[in-house]
Amino acid sequence: MGEYTSEELQSIFIMQSFSGLSLFSVLLLMGLGLALIFGQMGVINMAHGEFMALGAYTVYLCSSLTEKFAPAFGPYYFVAAIALAFVICAALGALVEWLMIRHLYHRPLDTLLATWGLSLILQQSYRSIFGAREVTPTLPDWLMGSYNVKEGLDIPINGMFVLGLSIVVTITLMTFMYRSAFGLRLRATVQNRKMSDAVGINTGKVDRLAFSLGCGIAGIAGAAFTTIGSTGPDSGSRYIVDAFLVVVSGGTASLLGCVASAFGIAQAQSILEFFLEGTKGKVATLLVIVIALMIRPQGLFPSKVRGN
Amino acid sequence: MPLFFRTIFKTRGEAIAFGAFLLLLLVILPLAIPVFRLNLVGKYLSFGFVAIGLVLLWGRCGILSLGQGVFFGLGGYCMAMFLKLEASDPITTAIQSTPGIPDFMDWNQITKLPLYWEPFKSLPFTIAAIFILPSVIAFIIGWALFRRRVGGVYFAIITQAIALIFSLGIDGNQGYTGGRNGITDLRTLCGWDIRSENAQYILYFLCVVLLFTVALGAKYIINTRLGRVLVAVRDREDRVRFSGYDVAMIRAFIFAFAAMLSGIGGAFFVLQVGFMSPSIVGIIPSIEMVIFTAVGGRLSVLGAILGCLIVNFGKTTFSEAYPDLWLYLMGSTFIAVVMFFPNGLAGLLEKIPTSKSKFASLLARFQKTTPAVVTKATPISDEN
Amino acid sequence: MKTDHDNVLEVEDLGVSFDGFKAVDGFNFYLAQNHVHVIIGPNGAGKTTVLDLICGKTLATSGSIKFKGKELRGLREYRIVRAGIGRKFQNPSIYENLTVFENLELSHPTGRGVIGCLMFRRTPAIKKQCDDVAEQIGLADKLDTEAGILSHGQKQWLEIGMLLMQDPEIIMLDEPVAGMSVRERTETATLIRKISKDRSVIVIEHDMEFVREIADRVTVMHLGKILAEGSMEKISQDPKVIEVYIGH
Repeated sequence: MGEYTSEELQSIFIMQSFSGLSLFSVLLLMGLGLALIFGQMGVINMAHGEFMALGAYTVYLCSSLTEKFAPAFGPYYFVAAIALAFVICAALGALVEWLMIRHLYHRPLDTLLATWGLSLILQQSYRSIFGAREVTPTLPDWLMGSYNVKEGLDIPINGMFVLGLSIVVTITLMTFMYRSAFGLRLRATVQNRKMSDAVGINTGKVDRLAFSLGCGIAGIAGAAFTTIGSTGPDSGSRYIVDAFLVVVSGGTASLLGCVASAFGIAQAQSILEFFLEGTKGKVATLLVIVIALMIRPQGLFPSKVRGN
Repeated sequence: MPLFFRTIFKTRGEAIAFGAFLLLLLVILPLAIPVFRLNLVGKYLSFGFVAIGLVLLWGRCGILSLGQGVFFGLGGYCMAMFLKLEASDPITTAIQSTPGIPDFMDWNQITKLPLYWEPFKSLPFTIAAIFILPSVIAFIIGWALFRRRVGGVYFAIITQAIALIFSLGIDGNQGYTGGRNGITDLRTLCGWDIRSENAQYILYFLCVVLLFTVALGAKYIINTRLGRVLVAVRDREDRVRFSGYDVAMIRAFIFAFAAMLSGIGGAFFVLQVGFMSPSIVGIIPSIEMVIFTAVGGRLSVLGAILGCLIVNFGKTTFSEAYPDLWLYLMGSTFIAVVMFFPNGLAGLLEKIPTSKSKFASLLARFQKTTPAVVTKATPISDEN
Repeated sequence: MKTDHDNVLEVEDLGVSFDGFKAVDGFNFYLAQNHVHVIIGPNGAGKTTVLDLICGKTLATSGSIKFKGKELRGLREYRIVRAGIGRKFQNPSIYENLTVFENLELSHPTGRGVIGCLMFRRTPAIKKQCDDVAEQIGLADKLDTEAGILSHGQKQWLEIGMLLMQDPEIIMLDEPVAGMSVRERTETATLIRKISKDRSVIVIEHDMEFVREIADRVTVMHLGKILAEGSMEKISQDPKVIEVYIGH
């Protein structure tokens, strides 16, 4: 780092932190969905990245349709597209749960493999429908450009928007988990499935809702993703390992842990990527996480209950 | 049959299947198909080593590793480094700015062979490294995780992350590893041209013989107390622990053993294919190795080898003719196998002959007069 | 009572807390040689946790667990087992896919390391020990039966048999007669009396009739602490104990 002056370093750090914040937002949204599903059913959804890509493609489709049929709607379509991305992904998630996941209870490893098969199929169908080339939706003007804080320091508006979106989703999810009746049932099922069954909670229905909610959030992640990158059939799979590590190192029981680890991983990656060329920044970050997990596998915020 | 054979084969049917399979690979195929196809079969069989490891690790002991490509790659890269050094003697590489080092190093302005490349000039060292390096690294990873009771989905994810790190790491250090292109242009092994038809035949036979030796070894392990303990660890971890077994040690051992097998497979892959690249060690190839095993049968050693042959054959045939359909087919096959045939092809094949013996054992159960003969051991799980 | 050679197990000031909740607190417990010592108490009293602490499944936050003068606290589970303490779980924990004989054989202490497992051979001595234990637990005619199809009571006995194969000096049984018929209970009581001739036994139990039959000594736990200790007669007249049991 010797060749940079301290002022340059400061600017680099601030700029990289902001690009890190965009990554943080995507990882957080991916991680929240995964953590919700994992916490609920002990299941890892390997197709989670493809749900994210589905969300992104939904936005792309909305953008194309708006341009063609209702150009006047251009500035506003994006908000509607986010909602649609959520709905479509949640619907597909519910379908997948009904067709596949619920038949694989008590076989978490097999669920992981089966959802990987699903991810192959989804990726290939994106390739067939949208082509192998990456696509970018036309973003409304208000998302473009940047906000000039001071000389040499510009904050991109799309980044701010994505960050805001992920914060809103996180808060909504937490409120939902801790304040709503469904959230209560969900937490009850996580803690004691048998007992929840016995007191009349339809745990099967809770599972399906949790799975589809998780997938829906992945859809929002995809919508957010379109503002910072272009979408290809394998866009989702590029984020999936990072998202897994966010969940595992956050401690699966805690949404707050998920936020903290998404933040840490995204920041480390984006700052290291500047100083180490190519993929070395990513390798270094992943290596640190894996070694940390070997030493402290319970993650940042482990849940402490009597082992049964 | 001598005791050793009885430990390996529980039934005559198993021994016959084993012999028939060996006959097919050693006699029928070499006579029936041209050498370049045989070479392709040899390439598929090099994944058989990984698959046998996965039978022990995943099928028997319930540990799913999504990072077997790493160990396959370690073995393969060791072999490739040796072959590359042999291919980069100062005379052949005289036109480089630094003769005597691998071409990709020269392209990346490296002027001196890195220190850790030096020992790979020796064949004995290379062979030792192929066996030791993957198993030692796997043992360290396994011991660290299993001792802290990391297992199941967590273990799968962490090994997958390791696969990503490994492939990215190789990819990003082009000067030292050959980068994305890998280590290519491998020609001779101690002066012997491995690309000649003759060599391809010999390497194929060597691969089959070694693979089936390993298969016998794996069947032996399955039928000893260790094999029973592996399954017990999978199904009743706590009981095993409270019978005084060191569960973490058993898991780490079998993980290291499976890694060693993967490393051997990697070395044979390089010898038969003539190159090694990060595209064979990353997330997707690692999980494909699990698919081979799942399709063939996660509990069956022979099934796993069969799975490697069938899935790879399908991949080569289909992905050339209908590249789009192939991924749909592979994805749905995989879902179907996992959901409906968890014991794969071997499970399906064994259903037919054993239905008779199952009937016989049922009958025996009802005949109360059966004396308490205990020498006949029933296999711990339905399929073998 | 507190002389060294009399007690196989001396637990002193044992405690554990989960997130500040003290599940077991200041627990003192002395197990005499060849005694059957029963721990009773209402649900949530911390009985199973005490067993978890002794066998290393849960790590204690305070206190000491001395087995024949040797500290066990902090040892890994398999080391505690190898030292000579066997534990049976509340729900029968056996290998369902194996025969009764194989279940017993797998519990034999020879060859518990990786190499040992590979070298293990079924010697006549091992076979005889399996037969003897099967005789003791009343499953001699079921040696070839797959353990999964045994009755609930027989599964419980099989697990006790698996412990006997290890020939431990202390056996810990967590509710061994739960879900058993009256006849099975009586047989289990006889079995426990019989095996306690050569070793000490800790039993957790709810069934007072059963406790009266087997116990040399009884410890009553309540809310993680010891409420009373002594012979069954003494305990059953203790007003504190009566209040806890009747009051709930």
